[in-house]
Amino acid sequence: MRASLPKIKTPYLLLFPGFAFLFIFFILPIINLAQTSTQTPIAGGDTGQNEQTFAFSNYINAFIENREQFGRSFVYATLATIFALAIAYPLAYAIAFKSGKFKNILLVLVVAPFFTSFLLRTIAWKQILGEEGFVVPTLRNLNLMGQSTTITSTSVAVVAGMTYNFLPFMTLPLYASLERIDPRTIEASGDLYANAITTFRRVTLPLSLPGVVAGTLLTFIPAAGDYVNAAILGSPNTKMIGNVIESRYFKIVDYPTAAALSFTLMAAILILVTLYIRRAGTEELV
Amino acid sequence: MAKERSLSAEAGSILTSGISRRAVLAGAGGLGAVGLLAACGGGGDDAAGAGSVRWGNWPLYLDFDEDSKTYPTLEKFKTQTGIDAQYFEDYNDNDEFFGKVQAQLKLGEDIGYDLVSPTDWMAARWIRLGYTQKYDLTNIPNHVNILDSLKSPSYDPMRESTLTWQGIMAGFGWNTEKNPKGVRTIEDLFSPQNKGKIVVLSEMRDTIGVILLSQGIDITKVTEDQYMNAVDFMAKKIADGWIRGVKGNEYAEDLTSGDATAVIGWSGDMFILASENEGKFDFAIPESGGTISGDNLVIPSTASPEGKANAEKLINYYYDPVVAAEVAAYVNYVCPVKGAQAEMEKIAPELATSEYIFPTQVTSSRLSVFRSLTPDEETKWAEAFQQAQGN
Repeated sequence: MRASLPKIKTPYLLLFPGFAFLFIFFILPIINLAQTSTQTPIAGGDTGQNEQTFAFSNYINAFIENREQFGRSFVYATLATIFALAIAYPLAYAIAFKSGKFKNILLVLVVAPFFTSFLLRTIAWKQILGEEGFVVPTLRNLNLMGQSTTITSTSVAVVAGMTYNFLPFMTLPLYASLERIDPRTIEASGDLYANAITTFRRVTLPLSLPGVVAGTLLTFIPAAGDYVNAAILGSPNTKMIGNVIESRYFKIVDYPTAAALSFTLMAAILILVTLYIRRAGTEELV
Repeated sequence: MAKERSLSAEAGSILTSGISRRAVLAGAGGLGAVGLLAACGGGGDDAAGAGSVRWGNWPLYLDFDEDSKTYPTLEKFKTQTGIDAQYFEDYNDNDEFFGKVQAQLKLGEDIGYDLVSPTDWMAARWIRLGYTQKYDLTNIPNHVNILDSLKSPSYDPMRESTLTWQGIMAGFGWNTEKNPKGVRTIEDLFSPQNKGKIVVLSEMRDTIGVILLSQGIDITKVTEDQYMNAVDFMAKKIADGWIRGVKGNEYAEDLTSGDATAVIGWSGDMFILASENEGKFDFAIPESGGTISGDNLVIPSTASPEGKANAEKLINYYYDPVVAAEVAAYVNYVCPVKGAQAEMEKIAPELATSEYIFPTQVTSSRLSVFRSLTPDEETKWAEAFQQAQGN
């Protein structure tokens, strides 16, 4: 009897700091955000002064007004995820199976960009892809690009920036699941007369799926809410929903719309991710 | 009449005089030594435990010495008074800064600054909301030095809680290689060589103000219809690929990187760019007129009594014509302090005649102030301006 009571309590005590953290820094702000999202400006009040009127129409208005940026966010995030997967899969595969003694160095190289700030790296890309950087004049001289065509301020630059910035988030989970594959399963496939393509399709790929799911989620979710790449590498015609939320919050000082948009974005991501996980299966995710 | 490929008289004089930011500062350094000696003779006793003051200001808005990485006039102030003046170049955008500190101001919690630099219309909002403290003018005897034209703005007719830091003209800036004839009208701005390489300011009153003026509209009386019409004009230019970006101070980077060849920009920035890039850039007030506004030294309601008193001493110091001239020689914005022009004669005579630092009556008459907006208009107009830029 005496021993069982602490036994029951211990896990809760251990969980307490985590729960307290989540409560203060996640649950409370979410409640606050939810309250703000249904407010309307006080009649005759000053900029940024709102009152609770349970105006759920804020959600509809916010969505209708900004559906274009919503659409763009999901298209860009999807493209960046696909490109990141296309680049990261061979990379992770090579590191896991073919790198030999260079494995650790290559892994460090994948993580190395994190040693510099996300912002600085994006600004560097702006310079590299800018009019007087290295890339644009070279492509123009080779006649691969028109004299008036530019790279920065286009959707190409935004998607490229996102792909680059989220690449490590794709590579690392892929590497982790590829590395765990027992090489004997691949040998066995060869013994059963499967060629390389069949082996990849029937053995390696299915076994690495948890990595693919984890990697795509880790890329897609932050990419959909990203606004830094669009702000630095894009133009007014490539603004994403994150830019709208930022402008509503900081520029227009329209907190209710900003909050409603944030909730809508969260809900949209949640729905998409749920559908995706249902389809891809999560049993092996953890 | 503009000669081909010629710089404006002011930019030319900055360049030909051999005055670079560094040269100006070398001069200032000399003055600094005098100031230092004076300080040793006088306020030595006050120095101990004089406390600190935290000042948030716009980037490139105070004389800076590249070699020592310090702000010479501010260093002098510190030595003279013993006050630990901390300077933060993190006031990048009026709306953004307001968004960042508003919640704390509302709750009366320290925002981390004892002195901030909002533009006129934003200073008006701070006053309306009770987020400012009235100056103790006995601490700022130099407040009488403010130019007569700036003495009583509508938002603070007695100048009880604001004093102008610098006046800012907005007009056209351009790359002189791509626009050898200069950019003086809106047609020059939207001429084919600039297509896709035009950047305009994210400061709504400046960008839309310049557009409205080009349409012959008086911005001191602009109506909502006229305003929305000008916003539509901008939105169309963005959709058609003329305007590449709507930005704050970063437009300067776009000019130097070649991503922008013509801008709606601020006078001081453009002259600093011109002097750093051997005349590659120039600035002019549009023929149809430009906008003028001021950034103000404002003490937030959350500043402690000590922070407030020190902020007042700092304001007083910068309203000394000698110091004001040193700052103006570096920042090249409109100097709000009487007597600074005479002081400028001593350190940089070429700049003392600059219309962009000490505008004459004729120049002033070409500049207008965007009318003040009601809170409702502020939100609605800002929303339209943001939506036009894709937000």
